[in-house]
Amino acid sequence: MSSPDVLHGAELHGEELHEVRLIVNGAARMARVPARRLLSDCIRHDLRLTGTHVGCEHGVCGACTILLDGAPVRSCLLLAVSADGADITTVEGLAEPDGTLSPVQQAFSECHGLQCGFCTPGFLTTITAGLLAVPNPDDEQAREMIGGNLCRCTGYQNILASVHRAAEITRDRASRGAGQEAAATPAGPP
Amino acid sequence: MSSLFGSRVQRVEDDRLIRGRGAYLDDLGADALAAAFVRSPLAHARITDIDVSRALEVPGLVAIYTHQDLPTRLAEPLPLLIPHPALTHGRTPYALANGEVNHVGEAVVMVVAADRYLAEDAADLVDVSYEPLPAVVGLDAARAAVHLVHDDVPGNRAANAAQEHGDTAAAIASAPHVLELDLEIERSASTPLEGRGVLAQWDEQQRRLVVWTSTQTSTGVRAAVAAKLGLDLTQVDVITPDVGGGFGVKIVHPWPEEVLVPWAAQVLGKPVKFTEDRREHFIASAHERGQQHHVTVGYDDEGRILGLDVRFWHDNGAYVPYGLIVPIVTSTQLLGPYKPAAYRVEFDSLYTNTVLVTPYRGAGRPQGCFVMERTMDAIAAALCLDRTLVRERNFIQPGEMPYDQGLIFQDGRPLIYDSGDYPAMLSKIKDMIGWDKFGSLRDAAAAEGRRIGIGLACYVEGTGVGPYEGGHVMVETSGKVKVATGLTSQGQGHQTMLAQLVADELGVPITDVEVVTGDTRRFGYAVGTFASRTAVMSGSAVTLAARKAKDKALRVAADALEVSPADLEITGGMVQVKGDPDSGISLGTVAVLSNPLRYAFDDAAKAATQFAGGDMSKPPVAPDDEPGIEGRAYFSPVRSTFAGGMHAAIVETDPDTAEVTILRYCVVHDCGKLINPLIVEGQIHGGVAQGVGGALYERIAYDEAGQLVNASFMDFLMPYVSEVPREIEIDHLETPSPLNPLGVKGAGEAGVIPGSAVLAAAVEDAEAIPIRSMPLSPSDLFELRRADR
Repeated sequence: MSSPDVLHGAELHGEELHEVRLIVNGAARMARVPARRLLSDCIRHDLRLTGTHVGCEHGVCGACTILLDGAPVRSCLLLAVSADGADITTVEGLAEPDGTLSPVQQAFSECHGLQCGFCTPGFLTTITAGLLAVPNPDDEQAREMIGGNLCRCTGYQNILASVHRAAEITRDRASRGAGQEAAATPAGPP
Repeated sequence: MSSLFGSRVQRVEDDRLIRGRGAYLDDLGADALAAAFVRSPLAHARITDIDVSRALEVPGLVAIYTHQDLPTRLAEPLPLLIPHPALTHGRTPYALANGEVNHVGEAVVMVVAADRYLAEDAADLVDVSYEPLPAVVGLDAARAAVHLVHDDVPGNRAANAAQEHGDTAAAIASAPHVLELDLEIERSASTPLEGRGVLAQWDEQQRRLVVWTSTQTSTGVRAAVAAKLGLDLTQVDVITPDVGGGFGVKIVHPWPEEVLVPWAAQVLGKPVKFTEDRREHFIASAHERGQQHHVTVGYDDEGRILGLDVRFWHDNGAYVPYGLIVPIVTSTQLLGPYKPAAYRVEFDSLYTNTVLVTPYRGAGRPQGCFVMERTMDAIAAALCLDRTLVRERNFIQPGEMPYDQGLIFQDGRPLIYDSGDYPAMLSKIKDMIGWDKFGSLRDAAAAEGRRIGIGLACYVEGTGVGPYEGGHVMVETSGKVKVATGLTSQGQGHQTMLAQLVADELGVPITDVEVVTGDTRRFGYAVGTFASRTAVMSGSAVTLAARKAKDKALRVAADALEVSPADLEITGGMVQVKGDPDSGISLGTVAVLSNPLRYAFDDAAKAATQFAGGDMSKPPVAPDDEPGIEGRAYFSPVRSTFAGGMHAAIVETDPDTAEVTILRYCVVHDCGKLINPLIVEGQIHGGVAQGVGGALYERIAYDEAGQLVNASFMDFLMPYVSEVPREIEIDHLETPSPLNPLGVKGAGEAGVIPGSAVLAAAVEDAEAIPIRSMPLSPSDLFELRRADR
């Protein structure tokens, strides 16, 4: 039997608690939460993954976007209990296990795609999913991809540049990976 | 040595932020108690009763506080931060309302509970009884003064102030042409993605308080908290964590929560945290921009302004904790790059039953720029002259610098422009947007049934306001360089910019430089981040501190190497005889040698111990010297330095829907020497987006009862990517400032300033309808068209 990661304050105060089991960034996690606990609060305060930020709590700004079973969703619009059993990726889970930045993260750094960084996790997760669906976006598709996220600092110019750069890095890594694979395969008669 | 100054250095801040390892206020204090606030639902009312009995039943409740519970100092009104002789009726809020509320959102009761959900449960059950009073909403109602916001403030007038150079009335009376214009800008707000927040922890044994707050001034909060809680400064540390945007709203301090939360932490002996939610940010922080202006301008046949008289009314909301800074900035910065022969400005700062008004990026300049640039366009239209020609004829010329405008600026000092080249800037922006060739574009569009228009707006921005900032640079024995400055960061890339400067000065790799801002444990003397001042103030201070550290390092190394300091250089972290890499010792070793030791803590330290050698005839530390490689310096300029810029835009207006589309947006910007063009351009991008938002989309909408009807991101239309120009074309002019060692001027606010002015001009050009009020929504333009028919 797994024990909850963190004892919820509510437990001491008579609220009925529900077990929520999640796969978060590849690891099995469990939290016991009141039914009204937002998924965003569960991730931030119960699982203590504070990289996911809450900018409006009404689903408009997109800062709290996570990947839920691969799809970008606003964690402030979901109850934690409704996500029971889901596979979740947060910003903390985007980099490679060895710490290598994901293409989208690297692109944001190269292109000055962030200033205060508060909205950034939501953009990173949104674009990560977006590039899986549209690996080589044109400018219109890039704008569409980030069209539901608010940023108050950058004027979006360098975020758009980051989308294109991330697509490029993804292609570069794929071709390098393919090259290494080819090199590792012993040459022989067909 | 290759210089980082001027290079597009990637930000050192980014790695932690893109990995989700930033530490914003609500990311801290996981086990803290949570504070929530009962806020006034009415714009103006007397509080007749507060009944907490139902709230006391909430499980997990820890405490409920009303004004009656506050100790004397906390029960007094919050400070008036910037007094001014003209501010004859300054009123500031109480931390918790004292019998009367003056705007929706004013804090009435503080609730502390085990977590935020429970705190809000309890807050919902606090029953406050109000006796409603008439609400004063909008400048017309404030000026009419049928009802008063504060009983003891006649006419709702907080202040009346005037400045003049020359005899404006006489100049206008004798001018060949006179025009009058009424110009208005509505309310908007900073709206950073992260709201306000504060966490406090009191250590009873040490009797020390630590406060983390999402602020633009940690030293300001520290002084205010110490004063309100009756503590010595040395008992209080204020730490600014990562801050999710400020744009002005976080320079105000102390917010009620910034003194109440530390006090509760002290009283309860447990950490307490408050995190503002989005609705609270709209109704309980600060707004800006709302002003009405009446212009009377006299000019000659060439369009030269002979006399300019501006009378305006500033809506300061319910309280004026930040004094008159915004209207003073409007009244002075309105002049832009121009030199009217005579100028008079007078304003009233008026109370309304709305959220208080304090600087938002640009801080009164967007209004001033709008007024001046609309006036320029009106003169050009009246004389049938090209709009750029009228501007050119009114420009201050480069040869006239420094130019004294004959007024007093927001820092209390003379408004003297230090440098700038406005004719060169105009020529650049005209080329960039294709000003002279626009006629053919317009004709081609018209042939397709499309309406397009072009506009231009110029501004000058006083940046790098005093009084001072400081910097501290220390070389560790590892060779790593630790830098601290007291002002704070909200995403501007200060750590990168300051690290560039220090790496250059000290000759070390930028990766060895670590910069801390806004932490009173590291640097206690500071003012804050506002008025585009960090590069000028902290950039200069940190540079001077690095030079001191370098001088010391060279002196210590010269002793060790038995050469003259003048023969040494530092490159790649090595101190060496100039041009002789083999002669070098590392900066870390120099740091070891600079600190005479009795005890060796590691192998390297042995070199500094007492039996390792040295001149036995002298004291180990000379009488006028100190151990360590450190430098501390302050920068305090005689006055502000004046950046400037010009924006031009081409817009298309939809004949049916009246929607405005920006086809091109060009910026020429002069912030003196650029330390990091990547960062400066990012600042301009963000500013332009906010300018576009302010011009076409964002307005704070109150109904006549003082209810804010658009207090959410659903209704307050902050631009998404779909609303900003596809490309913001940028060119720089670099006119160095003579007022600081780097030759730099501020860049943070510039992008937002001319937004309303340039887009009003472009829409007016497309529509041939005078645009006198911003923001301009499609509905507004639709109505203007109908009225114009």
